Amino acid sequence: MSLLKSRTGILVMIGIIVSLFVPVFVANKFYIDILSLILFSAFLGQSWNILGGYAGQFSFGGVIFFGTGAYASSILLTTFGIDPWIGIFAAIAAGALAGLFIGFISFRYGLRGSYFALITLAFSEVFRVIANSVEFTGGGVGIFIEHAPGIKNLQFTDPAGYYYMALVMVIISLAIAFWLERSRFGAYLIAIRENEDAAEALGVNAFRCKIYAIMITGAMGGAAGTFYAQKYLYIDPPIAYSIGMSVEMLLVTIVGGMGTVFGPLIGSFVLHTVNEVARHFIDTPGLSLIVYGVILVAIIGFLPNGLIGLFKSQKKQTGGKSDA
Amino acid sequence: MLEVKGLCKSFGGVAAVNTVDLSVDEGQIVSLIGPNGAGKTTTFAMVAGFVAPDAGSVTFEKQNITGFKPHRICDRGVVRTFQVTQPFATLSTLENIMVGAYHRTANRQAAEERARAVAEQVGMKALLDQAAEGLTVAGRKRLELARALATGPKLLLLDEVMAGLNPTEIDEIVTVIKGIRDSGVTIFLIEHVMKAVMNLSDFAYVLNDGVLIAAGTPTKIASDSNVIEAYLGHGAAERMTGEVAAGA
Amino acid sequence: MLAMNISMMPAAVLNGLMFGAIYALVALGLTLIYGVLHIINFAHGAMLMLALYATFYLFKFAGIDPYLALIIVIPGSYIFGYALYRWGIGKLSHGKDQNILLITLGLSIIFENAAQFFFTADQQTISLSYSYDSFDLGFVYLSYPKVISFVASLVICLMLWWLMATTDLGKAIRAVAKERQGARLVGINVENIYAITYGIGIACLGAAGCLLLPSFYVDPYTGNIFVIVAFTIVVLGGMGSIVGALVGGFIIGITESLGGLFLGESLGQIGISLIFILILVFRPTGLFGAKQ
Ligand SMILES: Nc1ncnc2c1ncn2[C@@H]1O[C@H](COP(=O)(O)OP(=O)(O)OP(=O)(O)O)[C@@H](O)[C@H]1O
Ligand SMILES: [Mg+2]
Repeated sequence: MSLLKSRTGILVMIGIIVSLFVPVFVANKFYIDILSLILFSAFLGQSWNILGGYAGQFSFGGVIFFGTGAYASSILLTTFGIDPWIGIFAAIAAGALAGLFIGFISFRYGLRGSYFALITLAFSEVFRVIANSVEFTGGGVGIFIEHAPGIKNLQFTDPAGYYYMALVMVIISLAIAFWLERSRFGAYLIAIRENEDAAEALGVNAFRCKIYAIMITGAMGGAAGTFYAQKYLYIDPPIAYSIGMSVEMLLVTIVGGMGTVFGPLIGSFVLHTVNEVARHFIDTPGLSLIVYGVILVAIIGFLPNGLIGLFKSQKKQTGGKSDA
Repeated sequence: MLEVKGLCKSFGGVAAVNTVDLSVDEGQIVSLIGPNGAGKTTTFAMVAGFVAPDAGSVTFEKQNITGFKPHRICDRGVVRTFQVTQPFATLSTLENIMVGAYHRTANRQAAEERARAVAEQVGMKALLDQAAEGLTVAGRKRLELARALATGPKLLLLDEVMAGLNPTEIDEIVTVIKGIRDSGVTIFLIEHVMKAVMNLSDFAYVLNDGVLIAAGTPTKIASDSNVIEAYLGHGAAERMTGEVAAGA
Repeated sequence: MLAMNISMMPAAVLNGLMFGAIYALVALGLTLIYGVLHIINFAHGAMLMLALYATFYLFKFAGIDPYLALIIVIPGSYIFGYALYRWGIGKLSHGKDQNILLITLGLSIIFENAAQFFFTADQQTISLSYSYDSFDLGFVYLSYPKVISFVASLVICLMLWWLMATTDLGKAIRAVAKERQGARLVGINVENIYAITYGIGIACLGAAGCLLLPSFYVDPYTGNIFVIVAFTIVVLGGMGSIVGALVGGFIIGITESLGGLFLGESLGQIGISLIFILILVFRPTGLFGAKQ
């Protein structure tokens, strides 16, 4: 066990070091850009994973936090001239608050499973329509962020800048997941996922734990929003609250492996690679998404533990046969 | 230690529990028996906060805990097990017990040590790394007990932890329960296995159709005509005294 | 302004009623599948879109009138739904609810993008010789397609109700809905009933597709418009309740049309999502549902 732990540790260290030097050795900016995208998507997946994978609360509205964070820092920047280094913390807070709001409403009234998925979907619609109708978000026109490269503005002319930023975010997200796996809070989330009543009987305050979980998810989503806004310099309601992005978050996580530290990263890597390769051969709109859909169905049907299940030790399967 | 007064609950107009009064004294093993559908599990569920009573009160250590959420009741030191076992299916036995142990400590190492100690106490040491979904009925029942025990309760509510076990397994678990009581935990249990009830309990309550029909020491209960009439049916009195003799 | 809006109210209500009938039909399929299989068919919108395309191409290439197409599209949808459940969803989900939610999500992604791939993202409409003929009720004109779809939706709801209430199949379906273990014990092939129910649910969509197309349009994402609406109707009417779906459909149809009148297009949309959230939170059993 301790050998395994240290082996994972060594692998992670090697992974981080290699990642740090990737932009030095990869000259082609196109690949750096794709790698940033993979990391960004992995980070969003990890944010979904906290609530969906560990706590078992499937949300179909993960994009809410992303969009709210993107708006928070963009509005601070364009309206008040507050630079995104502070903006990203405002985005994190806004995402967490959105999580608190949605979590409070949903969990207070005991919505679980499919009902929770649907209510989060409905909330993302509500957020989108509101963002479209009020003035301070720029309404349907959206918000343009002035192109002003520089560390201070979290804008980079070299894609490597975004790559490093995404890398830092992913490392933090992995650390959060790793902490969850080793902490009481994480054990409680997993217990809630497996059996909420039993967890409650053992003294777990399921409501509070779920609220904390959705707030962490929200905070991470908010940070991702700032990243996106500073990279693409534009945000509008269909981008900020797109159902497609909600789906992508759960997709990379489920494909990689829910409730695991590396699942979202693996899923993101595989899906985006497949996507790029598919695009390389047939560049027709819709095709890569068909592939995504097929992969999702196939993973659920044949690899319920995700791709990571292929590598994991068989510990969980070694039990004797159940006679219940 | 536990006082239940005038507890009522009906489901769709049918009274599952009807004005039940009972009490459990510290350090004792108290049983709640009665035929199927008598309202035993519902009583436990109300005490542990899983079902809100229609009327009545639950007092634990002189404090009113009626209508508290289950986790708050657990904080007070009252933990139930489930008749239909509710394991954290994909987790190992150790991880299952650790969830209970975390109630006493936030430290992972300490929780793990505690869980291992509890596993030893209930005889699950060999099963620690097994996935809970792969356990046998006996294993799952033990796991229920172990998880609850790991929270460090003052009062354990055990709902039919012996159902579905064979005689050897029952003997083992009776010993375990006695050991738990001797370590200072008060026990309130629902049981159909008469031999165990007779053997274990200091006091017993009999519930029938939601109403308490008898209370007293096991031997007194066994000869109570109400109980024999309503619950045990013809010829059961002899059977029961037979079992008492065998168990003694 | 407000006075004008109020004078337009009866017309808006009537229009809402007409559209509500089709909503009801869409929701009917969803509620039936939920009531029996206890699953949420997230691909419902995408499958409605497929039905719309089927109707569209039958019209375009074979010149079949959409209302006549009912007799092709309904059975076709049934077979599609039956097969999809029997050999797809049922097998792949391992009986877990959340898996079904995700598989049907996956299917909706596949269907939508396949539609974009094969049919392009362009909006398609059809025009019938009588598209613009209408009944004049004095205060409002009702176009033929709307009236026909209204009447046809009601008839189909009635037929479904008859099927469920009086036939042996209906009895078997209700038995499975209520007590799947018990139904198995008395010799009902539960898996088959599931697939049949799923097929019937999709057949409702087939009917909705035919009835909707003449007064609507189709593109690969049309279904999305109906997803939240249909879920809202289903939770409003009570998960699994046929009458609930019908009444819920009318309520939502009218709400939407009045919301559009008084709040404008964009805010009007929010009404549906808000109703959905409020019902889920405060009355998850809906208006007609017994208990969850
Ligand atoms: N959630 C519920 N909804 C409706 N009825 C219920 C519910 N829980 C229990 N009941 C009914 O209340 C009555 C008492 O049930 P309870 O489970 O408390 O009995 P019990 O004494 O534990 O029986 P057993 O020995 O079979 O476990 C039964 O008639 C049961 O059907
Ligand atoms: Mg019971």
